[in-house]
Amino acid sequence: MRIIVCVKQVPDTNEIKINPETGTLIRDGVPSILNPDDANALEAALAIKDSCPDTTTVTAITMGPPQAKEMLKDCIAMGADEAILLSDRALGGSDTWATSNALASGIKQIGSYDLIFAGRQAIDGDTAQVGPQIAEKLNLPQVTYVRSLKLNDDCLTVERALENGYEIIDVKMPCLLTTIKELNTPRYKTVQGIMDSESADISVWNADDIGVDKHTVGLKASPTNVFKSFTPKPKGAGVYVSGGSPKEKVQILLSALEEKHVI
Amino acid sequence: MKDFQDYKNVWIFAEQRDLELMGVAKELLGEGYRLSRGLSGDSKVCAVIMGYGVSNLIDEAYAYGADIVYTMDHPLLKNYTTDAYAKVLSEAIKSYKPEIVLFGATHIGRDLAPRVAARLNTGLTADCTRLDVNTSDYMDYLEKNTTASLNGLDRNDTSTMLKQTRPAFGGNLMATIITPNSRPQMSTVRPGVMAKLERDDSHKGIHINVAVNLEDDDIRVKVRDVIIEAKKIVSLTDAKIICSGGRGVGSKEGFKLMEEFAETVGGMVGASRGAVDSGWIDQSRQVGQTGTTVKPKIYFACGISGAIQHLAGMQESDIIIAINKDPDCPMMKIADYALEGDLKQVIPEIIEQWKSN
Ligand SMILES: Cc1cc2nc3c(=O)[nH]c(=O)nc-3n(C[C@H](O)[C@H](O)[C@H](O)COP(=O)(O)OP(=O)(O)OC[C@H]3O[C@@H](n4cnc5c(N)ncnc54)[C@H](O)[C@@H]3O)c2cc1C
Ligand SMILES: Cc1cc2nc3c(=O)[nH]c(=O)nc-3n(C[C@H](O)[C@H](O)[C@H](O)COP(=O)(O)OP(=O)(O)OC[C@H]3O[C@@H](n4cnc5c(N)ncnc54)[C@H](O)[C@@H]3O)c2cc1C
Repeated sequence: MRIIVCVKQVPDTNEIKINPETGTLIRDGVPSILNPDDANALEAALAIKDSCPDTTTVTAITMGPPQAKEMLKDCIAMGADEAILLSDRALGGSDTWATSNALASGIKQIGSYDLIFAGRQAIDGDTAQVGPQIAEKLNLPQVTYVRSLKLNDDCLTVERALENGYEIIDVKMPCLLTTIKELNTPRYKTVQGIMDSESADISVWNADDIGVDKHTVGLKASPTNVFKSFTPKPKGAGVYVSGGSPKEKVQILLSALEEKHVI
Repeated sequence: MKDFQDYKNVWIFAEQRDLELMGVAKELLGEGYRLSRGLSGDSKVCAVIMGYGVSNLIDEAYAYGADIVYTMDHPLLKNYTTDAYAKVLSEAIKSYKPEIVLFGATHIGRDLAPRVAARLNTGLTADCTRLDVNTSDYMDYLEKNTTASLNGLDRNDTSTMLKQTRPAFGGNLMATIITPNSRPQMSTVRPGVMAKLERDDSHKGIHINVAVNLEDDDIRVKVRDVIIEAKKIVSLTDAKIICSGGRGVGSKEGFKLMEEFAETVGGMVGASRGAVDSGWIDQSRQVGQTGTTVKPKIYFACGISGAIQHLAGMQESDIIIAINKDPDCPMMKIADYALEGDLKQVIPEIIEQWKSN
């Protein structure tokens, strides 16, 4: 069985600072990490490989700049068999539609596959759109927000989280699943894995290698454009409620909250 | 520039579960109403209701502002599946050509919308918290709430491109996204931010039943069960509302009042180290530098002075409400709402008024 895991290198958004003058991100010194949901996706793939090691291949794929190789090495150190980097200036600035065109072409180039994992959401772009859009481009069934999964022959039984519960869904392979942190706890890199990853041969493919139509990738082809980016104004002074009886004060508070649609 | 004259109206994916309209569907109808009135000509706001046996929801959609209600009613739409809903909705969008399509950013909306947008080869903006068609309104918003420069914007601009504003990078950055070269313009919208219209049961509109073309084989998954769990908040970090008590709560007894408070508002009890050290509440509830870091929608700080180590764990909360006797303590200074008073009087009052609301 061949499992493909889509992984993205992201800045650790807990560490990001904003330049208040320009409203832009200060990325200097901010560590790049494997997107947290993608670590759960990789773990899910590796758990399947643990149960049938001889017949399972796990391939990690990313689209990104050359530095993303470092993250792919981490994936190999965790246990992935191989890793592919899609990297080309022509792919830069892609929105989710264009990103999914590139990744779907890359996946087609890999050839056959039974199962594709993506994280639910990347912590930088924060859209949660790339997984479903890859599934659409590959004409695969999808299940998003997967919080548990069981493999039986060519069928998966998965739990899909809802806001107030979950669904139990059967889905035949090949299919695409997006994972959330409740699914599992990602393993650490092993010493052997780290050694393997140093010598691992990471394939780097450009736009021609994956045969993607260049009118469907990159900034220019993207249907969405970032029109403006900015930061919220720092909070102003709060509202003081001091006069009147407790009853009146609470009335003032609750009607202010209602007016702002907080409650 | 492409010609998009054929595209008209604002569509709302009016999500229902178990034949009840979701709150966000009503919010989107309100927002869709506002947007449609800012668009050219006689633009309408339209609710799209998909499911099986949904006719009871039509009047409710009118009551929240829909001019037109499209229903797609079919046994195979009873449970949500990506395949069935994406097929039916994409086909309807292709034939009716709405200018804008909005979805709630729910677990269903965020499953469906990207699939539909990809099929239609149009753009999708995620998890929006603000939408504008009118440039002048958009500029007012930027001026009032953000650090953005207004360069390149013109108050007399009469174009009505949808400006979709959303947080990214974990809320550190905001971006306005546009979809200049394809239609419809599609967005998912965060629940709880847009305003519903006042319910008006006398408001009626036009109902259009859309024929559904679906077969068993179109659906490649099988939904075996949908399980609804009573919402049990297990950790402080997941709580939308936190009612935290400090040394000002005064006793173990006082934390019983905090429990009742939290239960009433659907929140969870948190605490300062002052309260934990006094032995009134378990350490697992401590918020702050040596406790949990939280970012709820509402943080009630009751009888907490606001030491720096406490603030470190909660100052990113969306709304901070302080209740304290001392108007000058740090917590009252950083709060969005600072209520001066004795918590033993104020909290029972909140409980009572919240319940009667
Ligand atoms: C401020 C800002 C706002 C934006 N808003 C939008 C928007 O509203 N709509 C839009 O279409 N685009 C938007 N974009 C562009 C978008 O961020 C990029 O297209 C990005 O490459 C993918 O989106 P994401 O980070 O949201 O990923 P998600 O869709 O959140 O990622 C989900 C999963 O898809 C997989 N994945 C995503 N990207 C890659 C990759 N490069 N390589 C391998 N796997 C991947 C991973 O498994 C990941 O966990 C925005 C960009 C910025 C800077
Ligand atoms: C290394 C270190 C780590 C720490 N980590 C944490 C941490 O993680 N979390 C944390 O909380 N603290 C932490 N602390 C402790 C912190 O410095 C404060 O001591 C603590 O937060 C004080 O708790 P408090 O606000 O409840 O008490 P106090 O500071 O005593 O404040 C009590 C407040 O209640 C008000 N009040 C009294 N009675 C009433 C009434 N009837 N109605 C309304 N208001 C009333 C008072 O006006 C006062 O403002 C840490 C300290 C150190 C040194």
